[in-house]
Parts: sequence; C-alpha cells; structure tokens
Amino acid sequence: MAKYIAKRTVAAVVTLLALITIVFFLVRLMPGEPFTNPKLTPEIKANMIAYYGFDKPLPVQYVEYLKNLLHGDFGFSMKYTNRTVNDIIGETFPFSADLGIRALCMAVSIGLVLGIVAARNRGNGIDFFCVIVAILGTSIPDFIMGAILQYFFGIKWGLLPVALYKGIEYTILPATALAFYTIASVSRLMRASMLEVVQQDYIKTAKSKGLSDFRVTVKHQIRNAIMPVITLMGPMVASVLTGTFVVESIFAVPGMGKYYVDSVNNNDYSMILGMTVFYGAFLILCNLIVDILYGVVDPRIRIGKK
Amino acid sequence: MSNEKSPVLEQQEQEPLTADMFVVVGKNEAAMDAISRPNLSFWQDAWRRLKKNRPAFIGLCIVALYGLLAIFAPMLSHYSYTAMDPNAMYALPSLEHWLGCDATGRDLWVRVWMGARVSLTIGLCAATINMCVGAVIGGLCGYYGGKLDMIVMRIVDVIYGIPSLIITILVMLVLGRGIHTLIVAMCIVGWVGTCRFVRGEVYRLKEQDYVLAAKVLGVPDFTIIIRHIIPNIMGMMVTNLCMAIPGAIFQEAFLSYIGLGIAPPDCSWGILAKESIAVLQMYPFQVVIPAFFICTTMLALNLLGDGLRDAVDPKLRGTE
Repeated sequence: MAKYIAKRTVAAVVTLLALITIVFFLVRLMPGEPFTNPKLTPEIKANMIAYYGFDKPLPVQYVEYLKNLLHGDFGFSMKYTNRTVNDIIGETFPFSADLGIRALCMAVSIGLVLGIVAARNRGNGIDFFCVIVAILGTSIPDFIMGAILQYFFGIKWGLLPVALYKGIEYTILPATALAFYTIASVSRLMRASMLEVVQQDYIKTAKSKGLSDFRVTVKHQIRNAIMPVITLMGPMVASVLTGTFVVESIFAVPGMGKYYVDSVNNNDYSMILGMTVFYGAFLILCNLIVDILYGVVDPRIRIGKK
Repeated sequence: MSNEKSPVLEQQEQEPLTADMFVVVGKNEAAMDAISRPNLSFWQDAWRRLKKNRPAFIGLCIVALYGLLAIFAPMLSHYSYTAMDPNAMYALPSLEHWLGCDATGRDLWVRVWMGARVSLTIGLCAATINMCVGAVIGGLCGYYGGKLDMIVMRIVDVIYGIPSLIITILVMLVLGRGIHTLIVAMCIVGWVGTCRFVRGEVYRLKEQDYVLAAKVLGVPDFTIIIRHIIPNIMGMMVTNLCMAIPGAIFQEAFLSYIGLGIAPPDCSWGILAKESIAVLQMYPFQVVIPAFFICTTMLALNLLGDGLRDAVDPKLRGTE
C-alpha cells in the first residue's frame, strides 16, 4: 500500500512538473506581448521588461520561475500591475471552490441516488425517468443549462436571484447548472454498474445466505458498484472546475474563471502561468487523492500491491 | 436400478414399433450444406441491429439530416450569414426569416447552418484525427511493447493528468484562432484517450490463439495487424469515434462561448449561444434556437453512440 501511494505521488509530481514546463514555454510562444498599452513610453516598457526578466534567456527565466514557485510565489500580474497573482487567486478561488464543491456534492449524491433507484426499478417508469434525465444531462451543455435555469427561476418566476454570489440562495442556480452534466454521467455509470454487479455470484451467495434485500443492496451491491464511480471522480472534478469558467460568467460569480479568460486575452504571462499551474496542481492533487482512495477502497489493489 | 422399468419403456411396450411405421427419406446432400439463415458479415449484422434500435436509428437520421442541411441550406437561401438588416433586428420566425433574426438583423436560419458547418466539421475532424493518431500510436505500443511502449505510456500518463481544456486553450492561442487551429489543438491533446484504449485492446488481442497461429505460419506483422487485429477492434473504435464527436463539438462551443474559440464574423453554435444568452432577459426566444440545435445534435450522437456500442458488441451478437 505504501509503495502504491509513493508511486502515485511520484507520478503526480512528474505530471505537475511537465505541466509547468509545457505551460511556461507555450505561453512564451504565444503571439503578441503583454505590454501593449499605448500609453507606455519605450523607457517604461524597457524597465518593465527588465523588471520581469524578459530580457534574460528563456532557460534562465524558467529556472527563476521554478525557484519562485518553490516559495509559492506566482509573481506580479502584468495587467493589474499592482497586484500579485497570489492575491488574485486568493481572492477569487474561494468563490470558485465553493461553487465547485457544492456542485460536486450535489452531483454525486443525486447521481448515485438516481442510478441506484433506476437499477432497482429496472424496466419500469421510474427507470425510464432516470434514464431520460441522464440522457438530457449529457446532451445539454452547462452554459445552456445555466441560461435556461436563469431564465425560468430567475427572470420568469422570480424564485431565486438571477446573478451574483452573496448568500446561500445565490448558490443554488449556478451549482445546479454546473452539476447537471455530472449528475447525468454519475447516474448512468452507477446504473450500468449496479446492473452488472447484480449478476455476480457473490450477490447470489448473499441472497441464498438469507440476507435481507436491503442488506444485499447496501452492503454487497452498492459497495461493489460504486468502484467505477470513484475512478470517475478525478475527471469529474476536472469537468466541474472547468465548467465553472462558463457558469461563473453567466451568473456573474466573482470567481477565477473571468480572470483566467481575461489573462489569456491580455497575454498576461504571469497570470496565465500562475492560474494554469494552480488549476493544474489542484486537479493533479484531486486525481492523486482519488487514486489513493481507490487503493484504500478496492481490496484487490490493497492486497495485490502489498 | 436396472430392475425398475421406466414409464417411457412401459409406454413403448404398449404400442410396439414396427418397421413398416418408418419411411426411408434418404439424404439430401444439398440440403445438408444449405445455410438456413442468410450469411451476415460483421458489419451487416451490426447494421441490422442498429436499425432495430429505434433511438439509435433516429439519432442517425438526425445527424444525417443536420449534415445535409449544413451543406445545402446556406447555399439555397438568398440571405448571407453576415448581411445585416436594421429593419429585422430580433425578428421572430416568419416566412421571410424562418428562424428569425439576431441582434443585427442577420438571418438565423442561415447562421445556424453556417454554424453547423463549423461545429460539425470540428467535431468530425477532431474526433477522426484523434482516433487515427491514437490508434496508430496505441497499436504500435500494444503490438511491439518494450521501450517504445514504456516511453509513450509515460508521456500519455502526463498528458492525461493535465486538464485537457487548459492545454487546448494554450495551444490554440499559440497557433492563432480559427477552425484549423482549433482542430489541431484538440488533436494534440485528444489522442491520448484513444491511444490508451487501443493499446489495451491490441495487447489483449495479440495473445489470442489465432494471432499466434498466423505468426507460426509466417504471416508478416503488417498483415497480422491489418487482417486480424484491426477488424477486431474496429467496432469499438467506431463507437468511440461516435462518442468523441459530441465531446469535440461541446469543447468548441465552450471555447467559443468564453470567447477563446472561433472569432466573429465566423459563426459556430457556441458563438450563437453566446450572442443569444447576452440578450436572454429581453429576447428569450433567441436562446431557444442555438440551444435546440446543440442539444439535439448531442442527443442524437449520444443515442447513436449507445446504439453502435450495442450493435458492435460481439457478446450481443445474434441476440435481438
């Protein structure tokens, strides 16, 4: 088990390093330059270029950047000149994370319940309903879902606030819009996996032992069927987090999404780098946790790798 | 045990069988070799089952219809997708403008199908190229294994761990905006999934007895790959391809929506959605059009993909 965790951790660190390297050089390859403000005089511009170290050769800059990263320093933004990237991330990330966590909790709980209920009622109306929800969910992009929810609940019926992010009632619509796709994929996967598990011999054994239906479902069927869903958790976190870009812009949530897109449009090197590395590191960490969790939950890995 | 008479035997004794009760029918050599059911190739069988799967077949029809409309509808309309008409701003559907007009009076019917050209092209090209590149690399890794396999798989692991959308955005920015670069960017990131899957399949298949038999007979590697391995994973590859297309369309729409995809005046479904959501409060009908086409395409492709998966699954072969 310790070996398994160590191996995963090393892989995660290598991936993160690769990400930083790729992003660092890609950003420099981008056409255009960050200091495009026509008010900048050539001297100021030269000063700024010197300040950010752009006059040094790339490998030197790269090593410099890695050194700063080790201290957790993402540098100054080039657009919002008096703020550091750390400041901006610190200010906006809590909103994105809050939205993402709410959406994720919602998606996993509702998705699992739908999947389990559908599998238990295979072939009848309830199953049909759950399958329809799953198909719709994978077919409607989150920006359209956001617009639909906003129009009906926010504008037409006036039940919930249309935009901004100031309290619990503000979080419901964006979180739902964000969660919808994941609800669908979780419920689909859970249903398929439940139906596969129910044919296994150990379910027959459990039944023939005389266990109650409830115990068979909860202790044997769900516990085994949930494994593929756990594997999906990593990609799910990624899709929810990137989904926040769009949902934040629809519901005017003051999260990281807007800054990320702006920084890309402004050629704001240090912001792009900082935010990408931050996002990437976060996702890689999530994947690592999922991998380790998987090892803990699945006895086949736990015993196999001892 | 031997003393007891079984009830069957007793019955036979009651009505003894005599030789004259039997007629010699002879044997018909031709009938013995006749095949009672039509001989279906793998694809004919898959197609037969796909046709029987109603949702999948409807999906196929929708995709085909949209494809044809995307090609012909802009040609047959006398509006241009960039021509503005100040008198028709936010016009509702009418005989003149079948789907109404957008904020600057551009005909939405034409714009939707021009957008479909872009979205469907990106979806199809990105998914196909990803599939081919991934299949070749994954196939080589799976078949030959060894050092090549190890190196490529480490690279795949790294790319897999990085959020693909972020890399797509960055690659696209380096190459500039537009359809071609969007496709290239999606391909640079997207081949890893196929590569992993094909590698696993090839790895499994090359251990099969018929591949071993071919090897023993001295069949060259190339022929083994073409004749024995590719046909066996073709079904799954087609299914994967079909599932990857909505993903690519979705990515394009997403990128265009946040303003990093196709640049105006070119239009795609993502751009139409973006433009319409901006005026959601005043003109909600504007959102309905791109939303309808994006969602039905996704739905159709998902249904088709599901149907294809069932149709090419060898385990389900011969069942109804």
